[in-house]
Amino acid sequence: MKYVLKKFITLLITLFVISILTFTAFSVIPGDAALSKLGIDASPEAIAELQQQYGLDKPILERYVDWAIHALQGDFGQSFNYTRMTVSELLSTRLPVTVILAAMSLLIIVLVSVPLGMLSAKFSGRWPDVLINQTTQVTMAIPSFFLGIILTVIFGIGLKWFQVGGYVSPDKDLLGCISYLIFPAIAVAIPKIAMVVKFVRNSVLSEINKDYVRTAYSKGNDENQVLYGHVLRNAMIPVITFVAMVVAEILTGSLVIEQVFNIPGMGRLLITSISNRDFPVVQASVLYITAVVVVINFIVDIIYQIADPRIRTS
Amino acid sequence: MKKLNYSLIIGMVITGSLLLFALIGQFWTPYSITETSVALKNAAPSMEHIMGCDNLGRDILSRVMNGCGTTFLVAVLTVAIGCVFGVIFGALTGFYGGWLDKIIMRLNDILLSFPSVLLVLIFISVIGKGKYNIILALGILFIPSFVRMVRGEVIRYKEQEFVKSARVLGAGNLRIIFVHILPNLTVSMLTTAAIGFNNAVLAEASMSYLGLGVQPPEPSLGRMLSEAQSCVFNAPWYAIWPGVVIVLIILGFSLISEGLRKMTES
Amino acid sequence: MKHFSKIVIATVMIISLLALSACGGGSNGGSGEVKDTFVFGLSQELTDLDPHQETDAATRSILFNIFEGLVKPTPEGDVTPAVAEDYEVSKDATVYTFNLRDGITFHDGNPVTAEDVKYSLERSREINGEASPLNAISDISIPDEDTIVITLDKGNSEFIYNLTCAILEKANDADQQTAPAGTGPFSIVELREGEYLDLAKYDGYWNAEELGDYVSNVRVKFIASAQDAYVELQGHSIDALQYLTADQIDGLGDDYNIVEATMMLVHGMFINNQYEPLKDVRVRQALNYAVNRDEINQQLFGGKSPEIQTHGYPTITAWYNADTEGTYTYDPDKAMELLKEAGYENGFDLVITVPKNFTQHVDTAVLIKEQLAKVGINASVNEVEWNTWLSDVYQGRDYQATVIGFDISSLSPATWYVRYYSTSSNDMTNFSNAEYDAAYDQAVASIDHEEKFQLYGKLQQILAEEGASVFIEDPADFVAVSADFTGYTPYPVSAVDFSLIKPAQ
Repeated sequence: MKYVLKKFITLLITLFVISILTFTAFSVIPGDAALSKLGIDASPEAIAELQQQYGLDKPILERYVDWAIHALQGDFGQSFNYTRMTVSELLSTRLPVTVILAAMSLLIIVLVSVPLGMLSAKFSGRWPDVLINQTTQVTMAIPSFFLGIILTVIFGIGLKWFQVGGYVSPDKDLLGCISYLIFPAIAVAIPKIAMVVKFVRNSVLSEINKDYVRTAYSKGNDENQVLYGHVLRNAMIPVITFVAMVVAEILTGSLVIEQVFNIPGMGRLLITSISNRDFPVVQASVLYITAVVVVINFIVDIIYQIADPRIRTS
Repeated sequence: MKKLNYSLIIGMVITGSLLLFALIGQFWTPYSITETSVALKNAAPSMEHIMGCDNLGRDILSRVMNGCGTTFLVAVLTVAIGCVFGVIFGALTGFYGGWLDKIIMRLNDILLSFPSVLLVLIFISVIGKGKYNIILALGILFIPSFVRMVRGEVIRYKEQEFVKSARVLGAGNLRIIFVHILPNLTVSMLTTAAIGFNNAVLAEASMSYLGLGVQPPEPSLGRMLSEAQSCVFNAPWYAIWPGVVIVLIILGFSLISEGLRKMTES
Repeated sequence: MKHFSKIVIATVMIISLLALSACGGGSNGGSGEVKDTFVFGLSQELTDLDPHQETDAATRSILFNIFEGLVKPTPEGDVTPAVAEDYEVSKDATVYTFNLRDGITFHDGNPVTAEDVKYSLERSREINGEASPLNAISDISIPDEDTIVITLDKGNSEFIYNLTCAILEKANDADQQTAPAGTGPFSIVELREGEYLDLAKYDGYWNAEELGDYVSNVRVKFIASAQDAYVELQGHSIDALQYLTADQIDGLGDDYNIVEATMMLVHGMFINNQYEPLKDVRVRQALNYAVNRDEINQQLFGGKSPEIQTHGYPTITAWYNADTEGTYTYDPDKAMELLKEAGYENGFDLVITVPKNFTQHVDTAVLIKEQLAKVGINASVNEVEWNTWLSDVYQGRDYQATVIGFDISSLSPATWYVRYYSTSSNDMTNFSNAEYDAAYDQAVASIDHEEKFQLYGKLQQILAEEGASVFIEDPADFVAVSADFTGYTPYPVSAVDFSLIKPAQ
């Protein structure tokens, strides 16, 4: 319980530091929301008025405190750019899309790479290992957006397996949304699959060579029993850490792939909002993404402790 | 009778030839890397222009040669920054623990959870665009993964018998870290570095794809890919060559690390 | 061993299931039903629904279908009565009298009143402050409920072009930004920010009979970039897309018709006339000789753009001074000669700042850099974000050269040429020329069409001779429209008229 509380405080501190970093960065970079909203022929008065409306004319400290007080009450304000929506409404339409995409990629990655990695370790040095190894070497080297372009051309335009840009939002048609997101999810997953396979294989192998495994074998235990009973459990500890790191990368990877497949998720929202200087949206999206990653790390820590008691004692 | 280390040999050959290719590209290219031509716009591969020409009629081979150098530079320096700082912070925090560990791990978590696109974008907006700014931004992004890996391993090793006996024999803390513990991490380091190179090349390509990389008309493989996307139907070769070279660079790096790992194992 | 094979087989099965369901999802989308929804791709997002907020060209071109002014633009570049049935202009061009159209209604069914007109003009003026052209109005009176009389403080025969200002409903004042109602051929169904805007045919539209059976639903789909939009066009997710390049139309099949027009954009390399080397008119002229307009045109627009030497729109013959066209030819030797005369025989450094979200501007900058290198000018390209461009280049005028295009936001030429008036807040190029300023004042004051034409012609002449910037072309605009629809008609102003679109027979 104490541990959870401690982690929660850490989360708050992390979010606080990040909100300050984002805020400061936004005050340093040129341009503001009023400019991008009003465009090229705006009069200075109109710009000044809009800046006042957005509160951009106030001193920086006051603006931050204003924002923080509201944010603490769960009110992230109004988007500068999407004038008809509050930030919370905007995020609640965009976040699920990215989460679904990331979850699908993660599912594909885990389903494919753990069995392949173990297979590869089991047949270490023989043909299945060599084949898997060589395939992953190559797939690891393909950038996901390049893969996205290729998938679009082959399956979207060539074979017409999916309609390019035929995205539907999850609240209108969840199944349709999921089936549209499959190709983007594959594009995100393939390069990561290769990395995780490699990691699983190495982790299992280094575990197999340890003394306790040799001891287990020498005691006459069955190979599969050793593999599942001891090796897998211990080998999975670094794998879990690695997969958690991959989750952060999947989120970032989704940001880029959303651009390629024109999916209105967090990534596109973030990139458009940065270029529109839509500060309330950027601040809230950054905090959301950060919170998700921190919570994942926290869960990993707990799994880590359950799996490996040594951490707890140290 | 020792088996030949194919991974290492093939990796060395690929990386070596690409390095040579890129190095030549810095001093000599078959055609100018910036000269445009209306007549050669989207020209298909031919004897004169073996990779064809891009949407402004520039020779793709020349641009790939030169852009390849940029990619190598970014990847190597980025991983170097991540590796050096990662090992220092990771080893110290893992070994000593305490408040230093807490602060650095907190910073680490913050960096890990900060969306990299945003970090790079803000970095670039504040300090300006350019090759070296991208390296700096990506380098910082790469530190946490090394810190995490090194710290975890150091914690694993520091309670083990050989460390305890080294301490009994009077070895100092720094000696224990650098002489007794770190050499054990070579394999994990190489794996992480291989993934690091891989990620660095991918990150440079993604950033350039989003328009955050080098300034035009300087070629970069990622930027060429994003430019190629709009003419993938008229000039598919434009997308293929930079893509293939990116794949080869990463392949070369990972084969080498694979080979090195095999070497240390045997 | 067995376990492993099972896991592998299960994995393979799951993946093939996923792939199969993907195919299922795709085939649903590609069916051949009768199309009553026209999907228009917009490679940006709508900035506002409120037509009185000063917005960008793309937003204006969509709002054109929802809102109308007393008069509205025509495809010929003139204006025609809309909310007004007809109008009269006094001889000295100070009094404009409008008769309201009989039975015209807003999308919510309420009739348009003279009060609504007055309210709308005042609202627009208030929102746009000092820059509003409606400030020229000294009085708006309503002699009877169907008549509006607008009086100007001085005669201005171009003023009618400003009365395209959208008419909104006074009773709806609180909701103009979120749920505005107009009088146009389409009403708003749903705006999903960042995704699409859905429009439906307005059955009570005053001109519905004459327009006939136009398309009943329109979806304006927002797409992150022009490249993505092109890919969606290929995939038939959208029915029409503007601003295609010559390369892109080559890659399209027979199921698209191409409409050729111009973008109504003065595209060029605009220069800071206060940057030291560029203060010298010879250097500015040298730039004009050194830039190869034809190469840029060939590279980016397949040679189909009308090339220009001044700030003017060749397709609007009513105001264009075609005599400026021979001012410069591509002549690097002449450029080097001029540079030598000006004392820059060794060239100088020139940073071309360009907004990175516009591929055409970036490509143009890259081409110009190469061309300038041939006369010894050391140019470099500096890509910046659009917002940075707005604040540093446009507002701050802190730049040396930039590649951009000025769209035709109003049909009134006074709004085009004020950009070079030395005290104007729009004088981005810092151009300052007494003769120009005097001629501009005269042109705006003049109410005689012929005299006005001569004076605006003179302004264009000065801009060309002084080399105020390097004007390149009015870029060719290729619009791809699905063969399922007909009737796409280009406008000289920012407008995409969905009420002319009909499903193909």
